[in-house]
Amino acid sequence: MKKNQVALYTVAIFYSILTLIPYVWSIYTSLKPTSEVFHMWTPLSKLSFSSYRYILGNFPFGRWLLNSMIVAVIVTIGNLIVNTLAGYAFARFKFPLRGVLFYVFLATMMIPGQVLLVPIYMLLANLGWINTYQGLTIPFLMSPFMIFLARQFFLGLPKELEEAAEVDGLGKWGTFFKIFLPLSRPLMATQVIFTFQGNWNAFLWPVLLTTGQHMYTLPVGLNSFYGQYNAYWNSVLAGVIMLTLPMILIFLIFQKQFVKGISTTGIK
Amino acid sequence: MGNRHKFFQRNTFDQAMAGYLFLLPALVALAVFLIGPIFYAFYISFFQFSFLDPGNAKFVGFSNYLHLFRDPEFLRALWNTSLYSICVVPIQTALALFLALIVNNIRGKTFFRVAYYLPTVTSTVAVSVIFIFIFEPAGILNQLLLHFGIHGPNYFNSPTFALPAIMAMAVWSSVGQFMIIYLAGLQDISEEIYEAAKLDGAKGWRLLWYITVPLLRRTTFLNIVMSMIGTFQVFDQVYVISGGTGGPLNATLSVVLDLFNKGFKTMQMGYASAMAFILFVIILLLTLIQNYFLGREE
Repeated sequence: MKKNQVALYTVAIFYSILTLIPYVWSIYTSLKPTSEVFHMWTPLSKLSFSSYRYILGNFPFGRWLLNSMIVAVIVTIGNLIVNTLAGYAFARFKFPLRGVLFYVFLATMMIPGQVLLVPIYMLLANLGWINTYQGLTIPFLMSPFMIFLARQFFLGLPKELEEAAEVDGLGKWGTFFKIFLPLSRPLMATQVIFTFQGNWNAFLWPVLLTTGQHMYTLPVGLNSFYGQYNAYWNSVLAGVIMLTLPMILIFLIFQKQFVKGISTTGIK
Repeated sequence: MGNRHKFFQRNTFDQAMAGYLFLLPALVALAVFLIGPIFYAFYISFFQFSFLDPGNAKFVGFSNYLHLFRDPEFLRALWNTSLYSICVVPIQTALALFLALIVNNIRGKTFFRVAYYLPTVTSTVAVSVIFIFIFEPAGILNQLLLHFGIHGPNYFNSPTFALPAIMAMAVWSSVGQFMIIYLAGLQDISEEIYEAAKLDGAKGWRLLWYITVPLLRRTTFLNIVMSMIGTFQVFDQVYVISGGTGGPLNATLSVVLDLFNKGFKTMQMGYASAMAFILFVIILLLTLIQNYFLGREE
């Protein structure tokens, strides 16, 4: 039994080292002077934040960070409103065509997003929305999968809630805002986490929909920066850390919700 | 009695109105950014069509679809993507199960869960750039290999090693997500089943093989399908690593990268749409196969 446990710990620790080393190595390299980038061991005394200062001072990394923030926040708030309302409607109201409409939403989940690349690009081009914030946000404010999750969540709440609301003389909106919304924090947390993460890390759509450097989101900016300055690994990796660190911090703070979310989304 | 009836009628109408009102934003988004574009994409997949020259759109029937299967570039992309999926999916799933079984039986579950899940919350662009650095000819990996007397290749510039290196990266970056789903599945197995099996004299490996693994079948199918769908849509990594070309010598060209380049570099938008629907059919088939297996189980 004891021997067994030692073996298990050894494997688990070995794999966590394998997972963490690329991060540690990236941070370490981003702090090195250019001449030391390919040296295994650089003394700590030679490390500094100069690469970070360099990329923030000479390249639009600050602007890209801001763009990423703006886009991710708008898309997350929009999704939260649109998906929660729709999920609530499907779960707690009866109306004609309810089943049909729900299946239409479900059916669209089967379609890979790449089918939309050409038509959405053309739509946005015709609107003059390529390379704008509205182009990067408005087409992405709804998620059928999140509507599905919201519906599941609201279906799980007892019928007595509506009856209690009626006794209190609450209308349809009052019932939703005063009774159901305060109860749906776990649902909100799951939605916020996954929508924000997806948007913060998104690459395919932003690389298609941004044409000017000043509109790049961080992943697009990092890719173009790497393409031009791939000899300066310390600066490139400083950019990598800038893109990675915010998401990791959010994850560490909300890791319980992340794990819960991934477990509930996993069990469809 | 009549009053009551009126009240219910009213209530039904109110509910319907409220339902549609709550649903309205989602319905608008569905129509404008999902259903409309899907039908439009299907429509133009039967045309020779460039966005730069919409006046010259030409109806070509199924020829976009037929041409795809004679297009060496697309066939190469399909081959690469299938190979990538066939290699990544089983390794990823097996490793995720293996790690979940280990982590489930030791203390410090939270630490390992967090550590293994970190790559999942990391941007694929960031992961790609980190691995380009690790796989540099003079990078850390080859320096380590030199200690064992092995001269490592120039991974991402070699037609032989580029795709396998991307596969390794894919396993590294998403195994944690599947491990967490497995852990949730393990939590759902009741102790009683184990107790019963132990009474029958099952121990250790036998317990694992005859009880745990079969009970996790649902989770396994789910993971395999999610992993398949994900791998067939691979784009970010190959775009960043090859600078958008799918090189060296198309060794890393994926279906979505080919679609992207055909649609927006050479502006063959009808052709790109046809490719997108082929991708849709592939993913649909994979999903149906999964449903068939899951359906059989119940």
